[in-house]
Amino acid sequence: MEIPSKISGLKKTEEHSRHQDSKIASVVPVKDKKLREVKLGELPSWILMGDFSPSGIFGAFQRGYYRYYNKYINVKKGSISGVTMVLACYVLFSYSFSYKHLKHEWLRKYH
Amino acid sequence: MNENLFASFIAPTILGLPAAVLIILLPPLLIPTSKYLINNRLIATQQWLIQLTSKQMMTMHNAKGRTWSLMLMSLIIFIATTNLLGLLPHSFTPTTQLSMNLAMAIPLWAGAVTSGFRSKTKNALAHLLPQGTPTPLIPMLVIIETISLLIQPMALAVRLTANITAGHLLMHLIGSATLAMSTTNLPSALIIFTVLILLTMLEIAVALIQAYVFTLLVSLYLHENT
Repeated sequence: MEIPSKISGLKKTEEHSRHQDSKIASVVPVKDKKLREVKLGELPSWILMGDFSPSGIFGAFQRGYYRYYNKYINVKKGSISGVTMVLACYVLFSYSFSYKHLKHEWLRKYH
Repeated sequence: MNENLFASFIAPTILGLPAAVLIILLPPLLIPTSKYLINNRLIATQQWLIQLTSKQMMTMHNAKGRTWSLMLMSLIIFIATTNLLGLLPHSFTPTTQLSMNLAMAIPLWAGAVTSGFRSKTKNALAHLLPQGTPTPLIPMLVIIETISLLIQPMALAVRLTANITAGHLLMHLIGSATLAMSTTNLPSALIIFTVLILLTMLEIAVALIQAYVFTLLVSLYLHENT
């Protein structure tokens, strides 16, 4: 189950190697754990420690974009599914936007 | 019925903020850049298409006109991708909004005409009078040519808006007609469905052609003025 990079990306500080160390050391600061390793009680403090500045959010989007790009498009035999997955998400996103207008068009007796 | 028909052309908002900006920012995500000579398939396909288009469009210009090649290429790519993305179900097409097309057409036309007036004033003014007109007709003809010059940006914008909007509206209408007829009269519903398929193919062509026409006309105005 892949972690949405937007959330785990917020947690990647400059030292990426520290996440390797978390498998060896048992006591790690909360700030550097990935989402899978954070205990449930620590979740609010983990979220609040994220970098929510504009450059932090932009960095999160950039990491997410490159993560998708390097996995599906920037490969030797990239297929059309790399692009069609993005378009399918775009269709679902637009559907959620126009849901408010569409729900009046259902073929139902009572809405 | 009226509200349903035009609801897809309303600019989407999130709590009053324009989400149309986000949707306009989608095409650049689909067109990656690369710093390598040999690329993945997506970039290679796009580079091939862009080279094909730019060679086709920019051969007729001189050196000064070719400085516009980046602008014209980005224009045609933007309009083509935006129109094609608008053919997906439930999506919003920014080029149906007249405001956006005016914002594209007026600066480009004004730039071409102004640079023509600045560099070759006599030639640019001479365009206002066709060759070989009888002398008494000259004042009227100058007025007519000026009006036709001033109407060019409006025509560019309205042409694009009207074509894309009309296509989307037709698809909505024929689609809802198919759905309505499918319960009562199935054979005619199948005929209407065939019309819908043909219309979709036409829309794909129109999406590309409109982009081409827009850019071609801008480059034509450029050619006259450099």
